[in-house]
Amino acid sequence: MEANSRSTGRLPAAFLTPGSSSFLDFLGAHSPELLPGNRTLPALKGAVELPHGTTIVSAVFDGGVILAGDRRATMGNVIAQRDMEKVFPADEYSAVGIAGTAGLAVEMVRLFQLELEHYEKIEGATLSLEGKANRLSTMIRGNLSMALQGLAVVPLFAGYDTDREKGRIFSYDVTGGRSEETGFAATGSGSVYARGTLKKIYRKDLTERQLSTAVIQALYDAADEDSATGGPDIARRVYPLITVMTEDGFRRVPDSEVAALAREVIDGRLERPDGPQAQVL
Amino acid sequence: MSTPFYVSPQQAMADRAEYARKGIARGRSVVVLQYTDGIVFVAENPSRALHKVSEIYDRIAFAAVGKYNEFENLRIGGVRYADLRGYTYDRDDVTARGLANVYAQTLGTIFSSVGEKPYEVELIVAEVGAAPEDDQIYRLPHDGSIVDEHGAVAVGGNSDQIGSYLDQRHRDGMTLAEALALAVESLSRDTNGSDRQLTAEQLEVAVLDRTRPQARKFKRILGRQLTRLLEAESAATTTTDDPSDEEE
Repeated sequence: MEANSRSTGRLPAAFLTPGSSSFLDFLGAHSPELLPGNRTLPALKGAVELPHGTTIVSAVFDGGVILAGDRRATMGNVIAQRDMEKVFPADEYSAVGIAGTAGLAVEMVRLFQLELEHYEKIEGATLSLEGKANRLSTMIRGNLSMALQGLAVVPLFAGYDTDREKGRIFSYDVTGGRSEETGFAATGSGSVYARGTLKKIYRKDLTERQLSTAVIQALYDAADEDSATGGPDIARRVYPLITVMTEDGFRRVPDSEVAALAREVIDGRLERPDGPQAQVL
Repeated sequence: MSTPFYVSPQQAMADRAEYARKGIARGRSVVVLQYTDGIVFVAENPSRALHKVSEIYDRIAFAAVGKYNEFENLRIGGVRYADLRGYTYDRDDVTARGLANVYAQTLGTIFSSVGEKPYEVELIVAEVGAAPEDDQIYRLPHDGSIVDEHGAVAVGGNSDQIGSYLDQRHRDGMTLAEALALAVESLSRDTNGSDRQLTAEQLEVAVLDRTRPQARKFKRILGRQLTRLLEAESAATTTTDDPSDEEE
């Protein structure tokens, strides 16, 4: 690799310069061509059809936070992928879910994971949850020119704050604007419907299992109303991806557990297709 | 106005090597041992913040003795190298061999360039494999050479003596507690042959544990866990290993 082996094979000066603990800063100084934000796009006319990821939901419970996503990626009105995974562990106590242009989003997540790990290794300490959320802001902002050309990436970041001992959720806009959400949040094309469902059935005192069911209900409603969001696919055994962050760290709920919950939800929907009802008053 | 004294290249190199070796010999040693489930790093280091042993990548760790600012610089360089390589290719494409090569080139170039002061450091780069026979341990002396090591290795002040002590007693298939006890025993032997007592507070211990479920196999052993491991083994040695002590 050109980056790592100059004629002598010794580490280039940039590698041995003390200072920044950020992998992004290092990449910007040493190999700026690898930074996603530094690419120039040709001037385009009209929409380009690229795979898009869709709905991500997140909600906090006592002692943790859940981040979940559907599995569909769409390209215009074609289903590009049925079993895409859109929720990734960012580090031991946090996860990021992505909506928007899939290719760019996956690359952003890879870089974000590396940014957190790199800081941890260089400093010997982890970033605060706010610090992590801010780094993600910077990365989204770096993608602004592409976002304005239609290649937006809008993630949802959730994690367990080990200092405050609770789960927290951060949502973003395409300019990198960051806002902390209380209770629950959603992003992506089906987010409007998912948020509507959570608004009605979310309670602070739900257990982890109850909240997982609530999240599946929300994704089911999103899939019900939005063609770009995929619902539980029993025939192919493709179920929403649910991750939980608690004091014990990041955990992906096993497919078998999600399948059981999803079946309960579907059984309920056979009785009442619109899902559980909340009181009028 | 006066011509500088002629110094033969052999002499110049010998002087530089002498300089580096003296700097390294001033510090305490670090030992690295293979055990059944991985590789254990033990350093005598009273500081909790300034590490001699650190994580580089998923399966790769780094240990160093000598001048702190110099090996810290090399450590950061190594982390950047590994992360960049893993980002450009894949996480599996980052290897201890590649990293050791880059370190050797760096140390070698610095050692032989007249304008730069030679680094007073000695490094160990180790990678834990899926099985003990896949483990790799490289020792990198100050002059840019690489030594491929097996079993147990020591670097730093008293490394010759500690190294031979370890070579005689290390065997394959040791448990973590056994390997740790041997490491502590070797470190607590002074140059004059007398024994010192090393407590958990004076030790920095870390492992590359192949049984860890996470992709990142590096783990520091701290506080209570370390005390427990040390006590478990000292209890066992007093009852079983007495004859070997009398041999000395």
